[in-house]
Amino acid sequence: MMLKLGVPSKGRLMEKTFDWFGQRGVQLQRTGSEREYAGRVDGIDNVNLILLSAGEIPRELAAGRIHLGVTGTDLVQEKLALWDQLVEPLAELNFGHADLILAVPQAWIDVDTLDDLDAAAAAFRARHGFRMRIATKYHRLVREFLRQHGVADYALVDSQGATEGTVANETAEAIADITSSGETLRANHLKVLSDGLILQSQATLWRSRTAEIDKEARATLNALNEKLFS
Amino acid sequence: MPTRSETNEKAATLRALFEAQGAAVVEPPILQPAGTLLDLYGEDIRARAYVTSDALRGEQMLRPDFTVPVVQMHMAHGAEPARYTYAGEVFRRQEQDPERANEYMQVGYEVFDRTDPAAADAEVFALIGEALAGVRVEAVTGDIGILMAAVQGLETTAARKAALMRHIWRPRRFRALLERYAGRSEVPPTRAALLAGQAKSDAPLIGMRSEAEIAARIEALRADAEAEPISAQRVDLIEALLEVRETMPNALSRLHDLAVDMPEIGTAVARVAEREAALAARGVATESLLFETSYGRTSMEYYDGFVFGFRVEGRPDLPEVATGGRYDALTLRLGDGAEIPAVGGVMRPGLMLELEAAQ
Repeated sequence: MMLKLGVPSKGRLMEKTFDWFGQRGVQLQRTGSEREYAGRVDGIDNVNLILLSAGEIPRELAAGRIHLGVTGTDLVQEKLALWDQLVEPLAELNFGHADLILAVPQAWIDVDTLDDLDAAAAAFRARHGFRMRIATKYHRLVREFLRQHGVADYALVDSQGATEGTVANETAEAIADITSSGETLRANHLKVLSDGLILQSQATLWRSRTAEIDKEARATLNALNEKLFS
Repeated sequence: MPTRSETNEKAATLRALFEAQGAAVVEPPILQPAGTLLDLYGEDIRARAYVTSDALRGEQMLRPDFTVPVVQMHMAHGAEPARYTYAGEVFRRQEQDPERANEYMQVGYEVFDRTDPAAADAEVFALIGEALAGVRVEAVTGDIGILMAAVQGLETTAARKAALMRHIWRPRRFRALLERYAGRSEVPPTRAALLAGQAKSDAPLIGMRSEAEIAARIEALRADAEAEPISAQRVDLIEALLEVRETMPNALSRLHDLAVDMPEIGTAVARVAEREAALAARGVATESLLFETSYGRTSMEYYDGFVFGFRVEGRPDLPEVATGGRYDALTLRLGDGAEIPAVGGVMRPGLMLELEAAQ
């Protein structure tokens, strides 16, 4: 059995992942045409490189269809219930840093904390007749965070892209999204709540706890561990 | 695991018990209008409802429970007094624990009767307790009305009372608010700056929340900063009240002691005492029955009086086998001006079968 390694199939995340492995003597590369998701591995035998969208990697790890995978902490925790029973983090790769945060319009000078957000949500609901809408794609993480902090009278609305624009478009009053520098937030006249950090995320190498592994693949895993972490 | 037909059979047996008490069988539709009804549930259930929509009827949800649809039906065209029973599936998303079912059978019993609330409470509790006789469970009772009375009786502004009432079901925020109103927690620097008129922003205002709403909130914060703090002694009393976890007789004597310093909870405590007598009259062993003032605060947002649950001893990982409570205010909200005291409870026949098999 070959050891299956899933990595992001495009963009900076893919390049940085290739760099990280390359610095440790394992060369990953895409083969074939730009549209074909095939890859090869040099520097170690018996590893099958599988290129996937970063968002699919948590599910593939959980289902045991890949042994190892590179993806963000945010995606693993959002997509997998009981994630720590399904996957084990082997290494934080020190790139792809991003914080999942709650942000509101900068002009809301009366709102700086979750306590303020909760009070503003109550007043908003009384005035407008519906709950304050928070646009996000991280439903589970955001709901759990707000529940823990006792914030009420909000509704999550799904936003799979351009989330920062939802407030100006009046499809949401606040957002919960990933940000790395905060520049996009500022450009959209939004600010992060001072206690609104939901999760700090970075690209991480995960091992599936559910994938079947035979003697050959285990030997490969040990050899890979040796190369990566010694 | 019991099969679906075994669970259905158990549910039918349980429902027949309630029918024998004179309850009418009701079968609310599985698809319920989500818009107005969903708001009546607590955050825990609301966030977990499966909501869908169609072009004609708008937002619909798979029923997350029976109580709200049964109350709506009764308030629309029920004669009183009334007793209802039902058996059917409820649907709730499970996002944390894949072991928990997202679709399971509930059997319930609901009583709409204004003659003797204490007797109605005891009736629901005792009937469910008897139906659970074959399973090893521990009963817990509580009363949300006690904490509500303590909040309403505070000598403070109406805005503060409203904020505390709103967070009765979120213990952590409730406590934080209480500490803040007592002046026992630090004012965040951004709040201090705002009150001093130093907070400003050059950013354009975007979104639906208007300038007037922001100004109104700042005004409310100013008024709140000028209000007298709630006395530390009051806050300690409320915290002592929330810590009452005893057998019924001990809890009652503790509550009576606290009512000396908090006369506003007197009526609510008297209701607990009447209920104890009614439970004893129905043969419930009240001397060993648990009472917790905080019980039901995190999960049951529409209950506003008596609350109870039957949990599996030594298995905190399992859901409660049965839960219930009084929801007078819900009938008012769905009653379009009318109201009626009401109490009810639900059981999980699937879980009962599992437990019976394990014993």
